[in-house]
Amino acid sequence: DPQRTAFLLRKQWTLYSVTPLYRFSDARLRDYARLLSAFIAAEKQKGLAVEVGVELDIKVSVSSLPDLKGSDQDQAAILVQLSSRSAASSKNSEEKLIWSGWFCCVSGDDLSENVPEEFTCLPLFLANGGESYTSIVGSWFQKTFDCCFRRLAISPLNLSWMAAMWTGCKVDKTASAMELVFSVPRLPQPLNISYAIHPEDAKALWDTVQKTPGEITQEEVDVFMDCLYSHFHRHFKIHLSATKLVKVSTAIASAHCDGIIKFLQSQYLTGVLMLLTELAISQIQ
Amino acid sequence: SEKMQRRQSSKTPKRPLQIHHKNQTDLSAWRKGGRTDPEKSVQNHQSPTNQKSDSKQDSLEQALSYFEKIQDHVSLKKNNVMQKHLTTVESIALQRGLPPEAFDVLLNVALSGKLADTVNTRLLKSLVPASVIPETSVVSSVSWLCVSKCSGNIQLLFLRWLITVFDFIDHKEQLHALYGFFFSFLQDEKMCPYVCHLLYLLTRKENVKPFRIRRLLDLQAKMGMQSHLQALLSLYKLFCPELVTITLPGKMKTYLKNYEGPWKAAINAIRRRNQENSPVLQPLFLGTAQPQSRKRKWNTQLIIPASSTNKNNLEEDREKNRVDLYSTNESLPVEQLQTFSQLLQNIHRLEFPSQMGSVLTNPLLLHYMNCTKDESIYLRLYYWMGQTLQEECTWCVADNNQYEEEFKDFLETVYKTECFLQEGFSSCEEFLYKSLPLWDGFCCRSQILRLVSWIPLSSFSEMKSHLYDPLAQLFFTSSLYFKCSVLESLKELLQNWLNWHVIHLDSESDSQVHSLNTTLSGLVNVVAELIHFVGWISTVALRLENNPTFLLYFILDFYETVCDMYLRYNLPLLIMPPAGVFYPALLSMDSVSLNQLCYIMYRYRTNLVAAKENELSKTKILQFKFSSQTYQEYNQYIIAMVGCLWTSSVFQKDIHPQGLRMDDELLKKTTVQEFKTSFNIVYHPAMMGYAVLFLQQAWPDDTTFNFSLIK
Repeated sequence: DPQRTAFLLRKQWTLYSVTPLYRFSDARLRDYARLLSAFIAAEKQKGLAVEVGVELDIKVSVSSLPDLKGSDQDQAAILVQLSSRSAASSKNSEEKLIWSGWFCCVSGDDLSENVPEEFTCLPLFLANGGESYTSIVGSWFQKTFDCCFRRLAISPLNLSWMAAMWTGCKVDKTASAMELVFSVPRLPQPLNISYAIHPEDAKALWDTVQKTPGEITQEEVDVFMDCLYSHFHRHFKIHLSATKLVKVSTAIASAHCDGIIKFLQSQYLTGVLMLLTELAISQIQ
Repeated sequence: SEKMQRRQSSKTPKRPLQIHHKNQTDLSAWRKGGRTDPEKSVQNHQSPTNQKSDSKQDSLEQALSYFEKIQDHVSLKKNNVMQKHLTTVESIALQRGLPPEAFDVLLNVALSGKLADTVNTRLLKSLVPASVIPETSVVSSVSWLCVSKCSGNIQLLFLRWLITVFDFIDHKEQLHALYGFFFSFLQDEKMCPYVCHLLYLLTRKENVKPFRIRRLLDLQAKMGMQSHLQALLSLYKLFCPELVTITLPGKMKTYLKNYEGPWKAAINAIRRRNQENSPVLQPLFLGTAQPQSRKRKWNTQLIIPASSTNKNNLEEDREKNRVDLYSTNESLPVEQLQTFSQLLQNIHRLEFPSQMGSVLTNPLLLHYMNCTKDESIYLRLYYWMGQTLQEECTWCVADNNQYEEEFKDFLETVYKTECFLQEGFSSCEEFLYKSLPLWDGFCCRSQILRLVSWIPLSSFSEMKSHLYDPLAQLFFTSSLYFKCSVLESLKELLQNWLNWHVIHLDSESDSQVHSLNTTLSGLVNVVAELIHFVGWISTVALRLENNPTFLLYFILDFYETVCDMYLRYNLPLLIMPPAGVFYPALLSMDSVSLNQLCYIMYRYRTNLVAAKENELSKTKILQFKFSSQTYQEYNQYIIAMVGCLWTSSVFQKDIHPQGLRMDDELLKKTTVQEFKTSFNIVYHPAMMGYAVLFLQQAWPDDTTFNFSLIK
């Protein structure tokens, strides 16, 4: 159901890998919300989360997103949202969403089949909002379920895979341009090269490279990227292969090597999550 | 000469001279113009060093003892001594904070009402902790509070201070026990807001009692809607929503004010200064106290305090617990586990902490871990340790080099835990395989090599590509000391494997052994691979380093373990050292190596003889027997050794392809007379010293060292 997951689109999510959670039960989400809000209140009192200005009352909600799954073995995604009711917005008590984070597992059989029952596998965590809230929520999960969060970086190799995979996807509306951002090493001032390609051209190129629909090999990705690099070189005499690919943006999604993702199409949401889950699992095992 | 004395005193270290030899020439006496008594002149050099901090420490101690002994009501104005001590305390407090022992004294003085309020205020305001605040001092201060000897303002200041430095108190068990006392202070109107704040910090679920809720509601009725009362009530409601039935307004501007106070600024300043001085944040570790975690990352903490799982909130089914008559409902919280006898008494109702990573530094929990069969705790520890090792590795992650000291300490802790449990962690093993190819051989060297020695033994072995190849690369390109360290750690690895084998041999009925897929032949192969690897790198190393004794010692030490594997560890494997090790040892220039070699050959023989006897007696069906090739190899070596040391016939008899066989013509070229009798133990370069000593003792007057006299 695309409507229910529409709120996940067009937001910047920071990626983390999470080791299996011990004694987590999705029947007790309300209790967890209660405990988490007490924890947040206590932490703020210690002055760790600095709020300048009026002190906010923070409401925590923990809910389940059953749609975000790959197979039946996967655990349903868990969404944590922090909203504030500022005293200034008085009567209506409008809740403003100040932070959200969600755990998910899409086709994570590699991990979940080797793990005993008391553990819940939700290896991918995505956070949007202030870093201070991420650290508080993450610390609470680490303390309560004995798990470990680690930032999930995306290597240039994986980014080029994403570029190739997402270019090949069919998009209904007019798609945005495919953009690759490269960072040039060892210069006194940092230099980023942005390379934008018309989406139809990119798709056409990819269609000539890909042999079997539904399957992608490393060679095909390399050929695809080499074509783009040589085209660039013909015009600008710069070897992009010597630079580091740091960001890939397509109509489907955009990904940054620091582990930041933005989903743009709900129909491909699960596909992208599957890839990210795989990356998260490789960082855990 | 005065100047000279001062210069000298700045160079001498500040260590009291315990011994002085009377027959040693005392140059200082000579320099100062002939003072004959060495004792006195030495004492003059013990003048205090120029280090300011020591003198500051002394003056702090003086100040503290002054305040401790103060008797009557002393006025500040006319008292210069007190002024001086007071300023000392204040300046040290602002500069680097007060040590834990200072708090007891100063709190006692400030709250006992002996001194005027001006002094008390200054004392309280200077209570900036350098590290921790001992709980006992806080407890005794509370008792002063109950007696109300000091003025109201001082009481309020004390409470504000307590709230500000709450996190620095090392243990809080007794404070929690005093909850009721704090609660009773609520009736004082002026203290009420501060007490509410303090209670907010202290409250745990068990403190929420109906009579307390009633009391708060009464106060609220009396004083009206006070935000601090609301704060406490809402916290109570959070813990026990069923007991607090009133509705609390959701929007409140501020519940509890954040009191800045003079302490907060001072604490932050000191922390900043410490961070500038040392790149390493000193982690506070005091049992279950909360250490100052690294501010850099929230998700990895190398030292985790043990805290019990909040079972009441997380347990699946409370009904289950009530039905079980034989176990108590409550389990002993981990924070209370302090002694071994406590562990024994409560072993049936212990629970592991909420984060398994905290067991690393807790020997009692490690004992408990040894007894438990619960797989999930090992898995939890596996994930935490694996992730932490990979995340904090200083050479695998770019930004981590500045935290090398902390990582080194962490590796040390992991190693000590492995030694305690007498087994290696598989997460640690995987970390080594991932990080060794990237290692420079320098960073955290001794810790890494020690961790290598705890790699668990398994017959599924990819040791070659994962361990031996990267280690060999580093080995060949490193210094002599690194080579020796590697050899030592490989010897310990072998010993750990052999010990493990012996232990598991005894418990053969244990099904876990079989589940690990370890067959005897598999184990033998893995051990053999290790020994061959060491043999190979030793041979090359001896060539590279030109046979130094130091290196030879470590190599032969390794083979001392190898030669006895059959008899001592019951592993049917016998591997002779390679020729590249045997001959350099046999012909070495020092007697230590030769001696070691002889011992090793002797033990080989004992093992071989025992094996042969077992084989011949046919009392038990042997899975293995040593091949005749092993015996042949041994015999070749022993022939060479005997020929070398006794029969002077090594050059003729040694048939080993890498041996010492030499034609007579070649020997004649050495121009050694009587070469057929001159190459034996008496003339061996390693034994030269002993030969000389023997001659000296036998014929003390003869200076011609005629070795032929020794038969």
